[in-house]
Amino acid sequence: MFRNNIFCFLLFLLSLNTTSIYSQNCNYDLSIEVIDLHDGTPLNNAIVVINELQIQRTTNLEGKLIFKDLCKGYYTLNITHEECENLQISIDLKKDTFKKIRLEHHLNELEEIMVISDNRNNSKSLFENKISKEVLEDYNSRNLGEVLKTITGVSTLNSGNYLSKPVINGLHSSRIILINNDVRLEDQEWGIEHAPSIDINSIDKISVIKGASALKYGGDAVGGVIIAETSREKLMDRVYGNVTSNVQSNGRGGALSTNFTKTNSNGWFYKFQGTLKRMGDFETPDYVMTNTGFAEHNFSFKAGLNRIDRGIDIYYSLFSNKLGILRSSHAHTAIDIINAIENEIPNVIEDFSYDINIPRQKISHNLLKLKAFKNFDFGKLVMRYDFQVNDRKEFDIRRGDRTKPALDLNLQTHSLAFDLESKFQNNSNLKAGISGRYQKNFPDPSTGVKRIIPDYKKYDFSIYSIYDISFDSNWLIEGGIRYDFSHINAYKYYRTSLWEARNYDELFPEIVVEDLGLNTLTNPKFDFNNFSSNLGTRFTINKGENIYFNYSISSRKPNPSELFSEGLHHSSARIEIGDLSFNSEVGHNISLTYNFANEKSNLTVNSFANYVNDFIYIIPVDLMPTIAGVFPYWEYKQEDAKLFGFDVKYERQYFNNFFAGHQFSLIKGYERENGKPLVNMPPANLKNQISYNFPELNNLNISLESEYVFRQNEYPNNNFEVYVPTQENYQLLDTSTPPSSYHLLNFASSVGFKSENGGSYKINLRVENLFNNLYKDYLNRLRYFTHEMGRNIMLSLSYNY
Amino acid sequence: MKIFKYALLAIPFLYFSCNDDDDTPEPINEEEVITTMTVTLAAHDGSGVVIMQTYDQDGEGPIEPVVTVSGPISSATSYSGSIEFLNELEDPAEDITEEVVEEADEHQVFFNASSGLPLEFTYVDFDSNELPLGTQFIVAPTTEGATGSGTITVTLVHEPAKPNDGLDTAGGEIDIQTSFEVTVE
Repeated sequence: MFRNNIFCFLLFLLSLNTTSIYSQNCNYDLSIEVIDLHDGTPLNNAIVVINELQIQRTTNLEGKLIFKDLCKGYYTLNITHEECENLQISIDLKKDTFKKIRLEHHLNELEEIMVISDNRNNSKSLFENKISKEVLEDYNSRNLGEVLKTITGVSTLNSGNYLSKPVINGLHSSRIILINNDVRLEDQEWGIEHAPSIDINSIDKISVIKGASALKYGGDAVGGVIIAETSREKLMDRVYGNVTSNVQSNGRGGALSTNFTKTNSNGWFYKFQGTLKRMGDFETPDYVMTNTGFAEHNFSFKAGLNRIDRGIDIYYSLFSNKLGILRSSHAHTAIDIINAIENEIPNVIEDFSYDINIPRQKISHNLLKLKAFKNFDFGKLVMRYDFQVNDRKEFDIRRGDRTKPALDLNLQTHSLAFDLESKFQNNSNLKAGISGRYQKNFPDPSTGVKRIIPDYKKYDFSIYSIYDISFDSNWLIEGGIRYDFSHINAYKYYRTSLWEARNYDELFPEIVVEDLGLNTLTNPKFDFNNFSSNLGTRFTINKGENIYFNYSISSRKPNPSELFSEGLHHSSARIEIGDLSFNSEVGHNISLTYNFANEKSNLTVNSFANYVNDFIYIIPVDLMPTIAGVFPYWEYKQEDAKLFGFDVKYERQYFNNFFAGHQFSLIKGYERENGKPLVNMPPANLKNQISYNFPELNNLNISLESEYVFRQNEYPNNNFEVYVPTQENYQLLDTSTPPSSYHLLNFASSVGFKSENGGSYKINLRVENLFNNLYKDYLNRLRYFTHEMGRNIMLSLSYNY
Repeated sequence: MKIFKYALLAIPFLYFSCNDDDDTPEPINEEEVITTMTVTLAAHDGSGVVIMQTYDQDGEGPIEPVVTVSGPISSATSYSGSIEFLNELEDPAEDITEEVVEEADEHQVFFNASSGLPLEFTYVDFDSNELPLGTQFIVAPTTEGATGSGTITVTLVHEPAKPNDGLDTAGGEIDIQTSFEVTVE
């Protein structure tokens, strides 16, 4: 400090000297503040030199310095700091000037900053469940749903073995938002047999926010938000990547995936990733599930420039698969289902095969994203454009031309968004953004089957703002608000008889375009104005001990199937009817979480209550005779509902190498008015795990997992008595009664080696359903037709470099 | 700011996509639907024809199928039966019978007489594996002169197990199932 003062004094003399030389107007002050480009903290001891005058000053503790009595003119400034890269700027001095200068840390420092920013949470006042890269690697031959199931309180709704979609706190499909690399996935998520189009091998981290708090991504996440991300590229000259291969006994197939990243210290990078999966028919302990194999190939590519203060990147990903649907699950009438339930096992059981026959699905999802960001005085501004094309073809058992799909939907989505993140001095942060989206659905008429989802165009506009502030080291409060506007413009052919039977001819005469006799062409248009908001707080009791409280309101507009469904849903053998007069459903979600973590143990207790007004769901109302026989007739209804539950997770390390983990979750859901249970609520489940680690044996890890799923005892009775003419009696169509409880044991072990060139190998052995139990699962839509998978031995080898 | 200039180049994509024309979608020819099944029984003694028909004018729509039987079946004779399947949602109506016969190995018509009905059915047409199809058949009294009343249930099954020993174990999917109230006099 003392030396600095002397130095300044000398500089002062020097500057006096210069003023005397030039007799022009030389009384301007140049004030300079030097700050850290990344987090805005002032930089002490930064040296600023005016090249022309050969004078220099050093910043004080507040990062500030001043050059007094400078003459008018151009100056070049050299700014140096021992931890930062040098910077040169020029300045045209015409008056007293204040200049803020941002310095970028040296590259080795950047690494650490990156690590910190990669661990950032998406929400501050809500406890987040995360899945790490390690878990993702262990599950690399699986799908997203199965990986998410490792999180307490998340279950999956399945259609067979590989189609599985996440259920968060009892809610799924349109009530869950899935974010893949900042992009909201638009893949016709409303259908129960539509699994998310996302490859887990393309992701480095997944987090789940239960309870609709991520207003940044959408206001309609009544159930929750799943965020899948890739890690940020390293700012150094490096090549890294991984190759993983996987084989498994059940399905007699495997997966191969690889990724490769090249980064440079100047910020430029590129990476690509690819996955191939191929499986044959899966097997229960007793029989082969014919036509359940699949083939999947995925690819993604990313390239761009990533600096701390600015960056631009382009990302492309392709997800595509061809997926067999259990041959026997295609029922036509109520009597087919009665027979299937009575038989318990599929009526078509053939020898194992890799063939993917009809019925099957063929899905492709293309995603292109362009993203750029730059740090300004007022914060970080991000611009994002993305384009998605989701193509879904479903091939059904039909007469005549079998190469023709029975369903062919093409969904295109463009969106453009601007997001701003600002940090303020008083420990507060502001996030705000604005976005627009255009979506077009095209059902190909050449299928020769009535369109399930009509042609529509959708225009969305949204704006949000989230603010958080920390008061002292204990309290943090976060609040946000979001407005969404949607306009839907659809063209739909209604069967005239249905149009009239539902009284639409009197309710909506204005939307009729043309009466074609048998069919009526209509042009329904909808506007939805939805507000959602969120208020949360985090209270830190002690270090590592937090309480989170969150209240959020989410609003979801009805999805196309809830509005427009009209006709037979073959895979469930029921007629489903939507309703044009639905309004948005509004969820009020309260969650309270306690989390305690130290070096040896970790405890999380999470509870929630979700009151959903105008909850849209489907119930059976009648039986409908058709020429093919009798079908249950189901209608979408809008009623108030409530869901509540809790989950507990406790993990503890005993001695040095022994680890035990326990998870329990319970969810209840009812209609509010009459207390009737909601359908497809996940049954209570209990998971326990013990594992032992041998560090001296190449980090050998052995673990045993037990999973007990209780029977769902609360379910709505949607059964019907159906007359079976050939038997001359009435039989019960029992699609409601849940299967019994079951218990599974899994074994897992892993061992790692270092290779000489600095890479590392990891071998994983995993056996699921160790005792080869025969069981059915309540949340599998195909449970009427088949049991679940038997024992599965999986071996994977991965190499990281 | 340069980055943003480049990024803004993306915006035209949005405009291109919004400016497409507003064509109304074309109507769909519903190929899969069967609206009409007509079972014609021609008496071998020349006494006449009995027609049993079910007609569902809107397919799976809310209008219920109309089932008609033209008259009683005689206990004094056997009948040659034939079945015609139509899709009258298409114009002109499409004859589905042809498709069923073409894919004979994937189809079978099943006949079930209720317990009060003294009738028995014999298949006349077969698929390439010599297994029954059932668009042509013979119906005869179990014993000549036996009378009664009840229902004849005619079921068209797509992809049944073949051979099979009846509808209950054949599996597959029911395309059509109709019960006709008949009397045998």
